[in-house]
Amino acid sequence: MEMLVVNNLYKSFGGVKAVSNINMKIEEGQIVGLIGPNGAGKTTFFNLLTGIYSPSSGDIVYKLNQEISSINFRPSRMVKYGVARTFQNIRLFKEMTVLENVLIGYHNNFKYNLFTSLFRLPGYYKHEDEAYDEVVELLKTFNLYDKKDVLAKNLPYGEQRKVEIARALASKPKLLLLDEPAAGMNPQETRELTELIQWIREEFDLTVILIEHDMSLVMDLCDDIIVFNYGTLLARGTPEEIQNNPEVIKAYLGGE
Amino acid sequence: MKILTKKNIYTLVLVLLIYFLVLLLSNVGIIDSYIQLNMVIVGINIILAVSLNLITGFTGQFSLGHAAFMAIGAYASGIMTAKLGQPFIVGVAVAALSASLAGLLIGIPTLRLRGDYLAIATLGFGEIIKIIGLNNDYVGGAIGLNDIPRYTNWTWLYFSVIATIFIISNFVKSYHGRACISIREDEIAAEAMGVNTTYYKILAFVIGAFFAGIAGALYANYFYFIKPDTFGFMKSIDILVIVVFGGMGSITGSIVGAVILSVISSFLQGFPELRMVIYAVILFLIMVYRPQGVMGDKEFKLFNKEGGLSGNVSSK
Amino acid sequence: MEHFIQQIVNGISLGSIYALMALGYTMVYGIIKLINFAHGEIYMVGAYIGYALTTFFNFGFFPALILSMILTSLLGVVIEKVAYKPMRNSTRIAALITAIAVSMFLQYGMMYFVTPQTRSYPNILPDIQVSLFGTNAVVDIRNIYILTVTIVLMLLLQYVIHKTKTGKAMRAVALDGDASQLMGIDMNKTISYTFAIGSALAGAAGVLVGIYYNTINPLMGAVPGLKAFIAAVIGGIGVIPGAVFGGFFLGVTETVVSALGGSLYKDAVAFAILILVLLIKPNGIFGSNQREKV
Repeated sequence: MEMLVVNNLYKSFGGVKAVSNINMKIEEGQIVGLIGPNGAGKTTFFNLLTGIYSPSSGDIVYKLNQEISSINFRPSRMVKYGVARTFQNIRLFKEMTVLENVLIGYHNNFKYNLFTSLFRLPGYYKHEDEAYDEVVELLKTFNLYDKKDVLAKNLPYGEQRKVEIARALASKPKLLLLDEPAAGMNPQETRELTELIQWIREEFDLTVILIEHDMSLVMDLCDDIIVFNYGTLLARGTPEEIQNNPEVIKAYLGGE
Repeated sequence: MKILTKKNIYTLVLVLLIYFLVLLLSNVGIIDSYIQLNMVIVGINIILAVSLNLITGFTGQFSLGHAAFMAIGAYASGIMTAKLGQPFIVGVAVAALSASLAGLLIGIPTLRLRGDYLAIATLGFGEIIKIIGLNNDYVGGAIGLNDIPRYTNWTWLYFSVIATIFIISNFVKSYHGRACISIREDEIAAEAMGVNTTYYKILAFVIGAFFAGIAGALYANYFYFIKPDTFGFMKSIDILVIVVFGGMGSITGSIVGAVILSVISSFLQGFPELRMVIYAVILFLIMVYRPQGVMGDKEFKLFNKEGGLSGNVSSK
Repeated sequence: MEHFIQQIVNGISLGSIYALMALGYTMVYGIIKLINFAHGEIYMVGAYIGYALTTFFNFGFFPALILSMILTSLLGVVIEKVAYKPMRNSTRIAALITAIAVSMFLQYGMMYFVTPQTRSYPNILPDIQVSLFGTNAVVDIRNIYILTVTIVLMLLLQYVIHKTKTGKAMRAVALDGDASQLMGIDMNKTISYTFAIGSALAGAAGVLVGIYYNTINPLMGAVPGLKAFIAAVIGGIGVIPGAVFGGFFLGVTETVVSALGGSLYKDAVAFAILILVLLIKPNGIFGSNQREKV
């Protein structure tokens, strides 16, 4: 079943077209790779998918927890619709611990009200304990449990990326958008990350869209690959199809 | 996690012990009126600093208008108790509610602004409140509001301080408070994680203003007399200095900061001509040598989890 | 109508003062992102220097103006070196509190030396008044001096900023400090120049205000300082023509509001305009919109 439909999507900044004429459908349960040269509009597309930018024209429709179109997107509502993301330039809460970072991801799953929190009524302890247990479970699967009390800024780069993914997962999304999850990781870490993404897709029943420059990761992991070039959709297909597509090869290697 | 841990019981016992001890010492006259006066000033400053810390230290919203909320509280309680003859409880309640309403009204439009721009807008808001006070004859204009009954006593002061600390530290340790801290750290990421940043910024202002209003009521009903100039820009700065000196994002820091700076300020009364010059130099030295404040963003904990005396500095 | 024209004339003079001060604010903010709260005090010191020179040393208007500008520019440089330079890498809030500390230091330091009493400037300009378009609205010689001096200083500033190497360096540092250092621009020197020029303009404003309103006191800088900052924000902070526009706009608005019977609320109006402008155009009327990259 399709869970994301993009129709004639355009986005321009002061006359410069960042994304133009994008049409696509994404099936539930897939891992989709989004690739393309720098400046091809991949991150802009993510920002459109998460309501940080609104389309200049065209629209985006999710069929997740409910059917919702891009007119109603607000960044803070996307999590409620079941969409969570990570950022290319890691945006962790630097002065907060790993545990606290992931608890922010859990934010919308908390159920106790403001009054309970101000006066610390019994509901506070119940729900905080529950959240703690769930988040700790998540941290363990990411091998981050030992670091739960470390400030995010003090983690090495690779682990910061993992915390960002864990933070997104804590919101219990249906669709996970990963913006260059392997950037700055060594080959060993990248391999682990590949397995981890595969595993979380199964475990949490997710659809994943990821932007990535590491082709080995993309080819190993993705069911479906979308190539962007100059803001437009250049090609789409399975890893083999994309690897043998002359247009794609040209876009990457340059030439006529 | 439970309510009736040893730690919580010990804290409660300590809170009551201090209360009765001071009450006793006042009754036998060991705490004289001069010490009492200073205790009132320190207490009011603690409430102001802790409440501003929620806005500026925890939520990261730079406010230079906190004294305006105090002014609204002071005048609200002054009018209730002096002009309308209501009991103090009504004065305090109206003070807190009208200040938090002002927090809401100023919050909704101005919180779209960031950093220095927000600071200047809140400064402007504070000055506007002051000018309205100066020109309003009902509250005495520039001369001020007189004959406010003295209702603020040790009991009111102490339990207001305790309530402020209790409620604000509960708040910052809940998911609501963590949401506020995440806004300070990275507003865009917080938003992407589902935190409604506008709501939480306004909430921080409303709660902060609520307690500043209480501080205003305590002030008005202790000093008999209030005038708009008391709550100007410099008062907002004084509060901000306590927060920064104590440590942004540390509630114990605000308490320590309020005590130390009040002591310094009362010590400087001995040099009337050079008082402000020395104060300026001290401020400057603090900013150069300890810009993160006495406590940083750490909290001082008297009891550890099991209830033993630990007395060390802990991270959270 | 006459009354209205008279108010516009007065407003332009007041606006000149605000504009001169707003320039200093906007330049300093543009280059080190600090709201220099001590700027109003530099203006106050300028006024006192002008007072001392004209009263005790019998200086004429122009010598007093120029010497006062030189001395205040030195003061600005010293303040930057002593107080702001150590704060360059600290938090914005700590830097801001430092600026407030400097401001208090100058206010109360001055009060200690010259006492809090208000002093009156001697009349050093000839007493000439011209009536305007045959009405009763008059332009005093002082109005003309203020406007002329302001315009000349602004033209000079334009020249310095756009035609000299120093000016180019100032613009480069304002755009991107790190990159300009990599390009070989001496950051410290450029910041010093900025403070020197901004403070000299504030010093000039101080002398002009002394001549215009006749009275000066050690706390005179606080409110005009804030107003000038508001003017800079209205125009778009960091934008030089914006500061000039903001200054005149605020000066004229204020006198008109006073004339309409709202003199008690004129300060509140300034702040209300500020909040309104920030809400509608958060970067000021001439400021460009910037958005954080995600």
